[in-house]
Amino acid sequence: MPTTVAEPEAPLPEDLPRAIPDAPRSKRLPFVWILPVLVVIVTAAVVVQQKLDQGPSIDIDFQSADGIEANKTKIRYKDVDIGDVTGIHVSKDRKQVVITARIHNDAGDYLVDDTRFWVVRPRLAGGNVSGLGTLVSGVYISVDVGRSNVKRRTFEGLEVPPIVTSDLPGREFVLHADDIGSLTVGSGVYYRHIVAGQVVAYSLDPGGNSVTIKVFIDKPYDDFVTPGTRFWQASGIDMSVDSDGVKLRTESLSSILEGGIAFQSLPNAPPAAPAAPADTVFHLFMDRERALLPADTEVRSFVMYFKGSLRGLSVGAPVDLRGITIGEVKSVWVEYDPDAGDLRFPVRVDIFPQRIRGRTRRGNHPLSVDTASEMAGRVLLDSLVAHGMRAELKTGSLLTGQKYVALDFHTEVPPDHVGWNAEPPVFPTTAGALDEIQDSVGSIAKKLDRVPFEQITARLMSTMATLDESLKKADDLIGQFDGTIAPQITATLAQAQGAMQNAKDVLSQNSPLQTDLSNTLLELSRAAKSVSTLVDYLERHPESLLRGKPKDPP
Amino acid sequence: MTTGRALGLLVCTACRATLRAAGATPCLCPRCGARVHPRKPNSLATTASLLASAALLYIPANLLPVMHMQTFFDVEDDTILSGVLTLIQEGEWPLALLVFIASIVVPLLKILAMTWLLLSVHRGWRGSIRARSRLFRLVEYVGRWSMLDVFAISLLVSLVQISSLATVQVGVGALAFGAVVVLTMLAAQSFDERLLWDADDRG
Repeated sequence: MPTTVAEPEAPLPEDLPRAIPDAPRSKRLPFVWILPVLVVIVTAAVVVQQKLDQGPSIDIDFQSADGIEANKTKIRYKDVDIGDVTGIHVSKDRKQVVITARIHNDAGDYLVDDTRFWVVRPRLAGGNVSGLGTLVSGVYISVDVGRSNVKRRTFEGLEVPPIVTSDLPGREFVLHADDIGSLTVGSGVYYRHIVAGQVVAYSLDPGGNSVTIKVFIDKPYDDFVTPGTRFWQASGIDMSVDSDGVKLRTESLSSILEGGIAFQSLPNAPPAAPAAPADTVFHLFMDRERALLPADTEVRSFVMYFKGSLRGLSVGAPVDLRGITIGEVKSVWVEYDPDAGDLRFPVRVDIFPQRIRGRTRRGNHPLSVDTASEMAGRVLLDSLVAHGMRAELKTGSLLTGQKYVALDFHTEVPPDHVGWNAEPPVFPTTAGALDEIQDSVGSIAKKLDRVPFEQITARLMSTMATLDESLKKADDLIGQFDGTIAPQITATLAQAQGAMQNAKDVLSQNSPLQTDLSNTLLELSRAAKSVSTLVDYLERHPESLLRGKPKDPP
Repeated sequence: MTTGRALGLLVCTACRATLRAAGATPCLCPRCGARVHPRKPNSLATTASLLASAALLYIPANLLPVMHMQTFFDVEDDTILSGVLTLIQEGEWPLALLVFIASIVVPLLKILAMTWLLLSVHRGWRGSIRARSRLFRLVEYVGRWSMLDVFAISLLVSLVQISSLATVQVGVGALAFGAVVVLTMLAAQSFDERLLWDADDRG
């Protein structure tokens, strides 16, 4: 661009002033070019800040998007908004709904591997109502922030709110059980009837043979869970009938309704045992009784051959030593004995030697029958058998006919011994009381069978005939008596009655006889008096007998 | 064509005095003391930088929300384009067209037109100078009307800022958009139209 001005070529007014030359300014970088740079910087800053403010975007999978609206539904943690749902779409396999949400930047740390999302809706479950506020405000997505350090951007949403959130103090434990019983997620875990936790989850083990249950024990109670703690199903009602009467045992009303688990340490556990670490695995027993049995680490198997039917003896039936269960029936089967060419019915029982305590100078302790003292155990058992210890079948309940194996000492048994040669050893048995009764009844029946009932009957028949005749004769005799003797007796009696009547008349007070008698007696009395006077006079005047009575002096 | 510069004359832009050019380019007006230039100094560079800034800002102006509306139920961020789409959805075709043309098409055309003018001066193109000159005058004229959106938003903000039920805030996009409009106007202003004809003179 030319900066110099050409010399004038055309006539112009001469009085035009000249411009005053000025010192040229120093050449600078054109100031204006700062502006676009500034714009770029500011724009970039604004955009970056917006991106930072916006925070990360996450995807959550749910089964349905019921109630969730894009740009409206909030993501909340502890009821504080930490993000917004920005989009909802169906997954490519059309099985799930993918909810895209933008989380505020300051909540970006919450998005870790074990963070959980669920939709808060009005819910009625297990007797409590939750999420009523969402009736008015609409649903929202709640967050339970995990503890992991692994970042994550896609999540699997929970369909039901988690029972236990990660900020709840306490510990989780794992229980193994044969079946789930009536437990569900949310069933209570009770410690001495106090609600101490909840069932958090359960799952079928691979293979389908057992169930794994996860329980969460709240803070103060989790310290009571020690390695020696036993868990058992406290679902429903446990009824037992014993000599004290009927006992009903339940944990609480809600445990009847939705099942529950109770736990307690073994009664003989050391008091200050250290608390078990989280995720310790326990076995879930079916009931309290079984749970609180001491652990049976040692098992001795025996085989018993019983006479008589084994009906009513089931696997699991107790082996009872004077009322104390020391073992259980493992199996019952039929065995062919080729030597005797006979069928036998062996009952295999497991005895737990630890339940028999030895009393020594050191005090009570479980009778340990370890390998070293196995011979000692054999000697002990042999001596017990020698003293008359036998197994017998007894009926536990007359109602159900269930039988059990009872060990007891019998004085009147033939000597026997433990068959140590066999494996498992054979324990001697004796016939049970019921069998004995059966035997006696049998022998009585045999004796009865020998009685000559037919001869007796014949004789009895002839005797009866004779008796019949005799009775007929007696009957005739009585008829005779009736016809002849009886009227005579009646007449005689009538006469007797008349005589009696007469006598009565004679003897009555107003009868003439009576009056006469009375008068006579009066006369007699007077006569006696006169006689008496006469006698008196005669005594004083004996001469009068001769002279007669003097004349009265004048 | 005879121009003032060809005759060695200058005009003081402050007091309009016609002067005889001195030898050196930087001169002072003897009457008012203002600097006198035959052409606007650094016109091309200034225009180019302003135009570049405007073009850069045009991107965030359209991508970032111009309006942040918060009601009891809802929070909404609107960009210019989303506003236009909302208007279309509601059937307000004429209004949508107006906003679209005033806020999206016109600034873009202005930037493109100015770029073309700058390029043509820089390359010294000689064809259709007249048409380009008219285009420039059109750009200069239209400039002031491009602020329609900004006016609308500022009105809304002042009107709706009444209660906690609903609030409207100006978004970053509105600032960028306003900057685009202002920058294009400044670019048009700093562009010296006479440069278009200088190519013709050098003919």
